[in-house]
Amino acid sequence: MGDWAGYLTLILQGAWVTVELTLMGSALALVVAFIAGLGRISRHAWIRWLATGYIEFFRGTSIFVQLFWIYFVLPMTGAELTPMQAGVMALGLNVGAYGAEVVRGAILAVPRDQHEACVAVNLTRFQRMRHVIMPQALPLMLPTFGNNAIELLKATSVVSLISLSDMTFQAQVVRSQTGSTLMPFVTILLLYFAMSSAISFGMRRLERRVTRGLDGVR
Amino acid sequence: MDQPIIRIQDLRKSFGTLTVIDGLNFDVMKGEKLALIGPSGSGKTTILRILMTLEGISGGRIEVCGEPLYHMQKHGAEVPADEAHLHRMRRHIGMVFQHFNLFPHKSVLQNITLAPMLTKGESRTVAEKRARELLDMVGLADKADYMPSQLSGGQKQRVAIARALALQPQIMLFDEVTSALDPELVEEVLEVMKRLAAETDMTMLLVTHEMGFARDFADRVLFFDKGRIVEQGPPAQLFTAPQEDRTKSFLRKIIAAGQRV
Ligand SMILES: Nc1ncnc2c1ncn2[C@@H]1O[C@H](COP(=O)(O)OP(=O)(O)OP(=O)(O)O)[C@@H](O)[C@H]1O
Ligand SMILES: [Mg+2]
Repeated sequence: MGDWAGYLTLILQGAWVTVELTLMGSALALVVAFIAGLGRISRHAWIRWLATGYIEFFRGTSIFVQLFWIYFVLPMTGAELTPMQAGVMALGLNVGAYGAEVVRGAILAVPRDQHEACVAVNLTRFQRMRHVIMPQALPLMLPTFGNNAIELLKATSVVSLISLSDMTFQAQVVRSQTGSTLMPFVTILLLYFAMSSAISFGMRRLERRVTRGLDGVR
Repeated sequence: MDQPIIRIQDLRKSFGTLTVIDGLNFDVMKGEKLALIGPSGSGKTTILRILMTLEGISGGRIEVCGEPLYHMQKHGAEVPADEAHLHRMRRHIGMVFQHFNLFPHKSVLQNITLAPMLTKGESRTVAEKRARELLDMVGLADKADYMPSQLSGGQKQRVAIARALALQPQIMLFDEVTSALDPELVEEVLEVMKRLAAETDMTMLLVTHEMGFARDFADRVLFFDKGRIVEQGPPAQLFTAPQEDRTKSFLRKIIAAGQRV
């Protein structure tokens, strides 16, 4: 029974890897989502085309395959990545493609009235986006961003493909060493749930903050 | 001889195959208060939107403050205006919309100070000082820190007027600014506009269905039908002794609907 402490430590180490992947992957996804989402509605056809290509590609292929390519094929072109970097990149680019559509949808959901008011007070395109459109689009994005972050958390377990010891990987290790399935998998079940709850909770707080004052508008 | 501040020459505008304005000509003198009236769909809103550069033109020419609005000089030739030119020209013009179009995420004060600070580089102190003066003028001095969602329609529209005035344009466009309001809120907005007309030398173009107001407000009334001016003149003349049959029948309908003319 004394061994459980050691096994639990193993799983918690894996949990930390999962947290790191989730945080860094989400950060990358967020950046990529804004770049590609804005790219989708650019005035320049070639930027729209580029953004669409990225989004379609990463939504249309599985993250498993994407990770494989990033970790095993990309190095052949000279871009050597650590497993953690490859994992973050695959997760970020994959979820960022979904996020881009959210960004685009939210921006387009801001009424045309608002764009026209901006023209009437002579804001530049950038000022319109920065001061009027984005602040109204952001609250529309947040609920779906929360879901995306949870999807990303759940997808982190693919990194065992490239021998990263995340939480699921460690649970497998413990299982094969102890022969017990129940203990490791109940543990990671609770840990995954705790992490996704933390994301939901954080997102709801953020939502309340950015929607302050907007109530009664829509 | 004074130059007109707005000069519209042979203006044409189509939406796809639908021609809305077809060969329109008129001038507006500096400081003039103009009312545009006419049946629904006659192109009144479209004209204001074109002047505000919210809608492009299909042909013809517009000059504002002596400069072409939709054209510019490039290498000695006249070419279609680019965004930078439009941006420069928009400084002369402000607009108040039927549905207010306030920024819902900004307070009343921020709604008014945003553009002066961004487009004219005004300091917050200067911008806020004038914003408060303008709020005082429209009777909303105590509402500076409210959010738009906490205001009535009439109050929103008065904030929208203050927002447009804060940029100190030479020309103001008003598109049916009271028609989205409950009847009991109309008067407070009209009151503000009457004061504005009396106290400033701003050029004002007003689209309205309120004939009584057009009469009090305007120096000249243009009656539109199908994208053309059918008849124009001082309100006393146009409302009491219209010459054209279409003007007469339009006014008859308005009176039948119970409006004072
Ligand atoms: N974006 C658009 N696309 C297509 N048709 C349009 C567009 N905007 C206006 N129209 C058409 O142009 C015509 C003139 O419209 P406009 O809004 O200028 O009329 P109006 O005189 O302001 O009418 P109302 O008194 O009802 O406001 C109408 O037939 C309208 O349907
Ligand atoms: Mg109209």
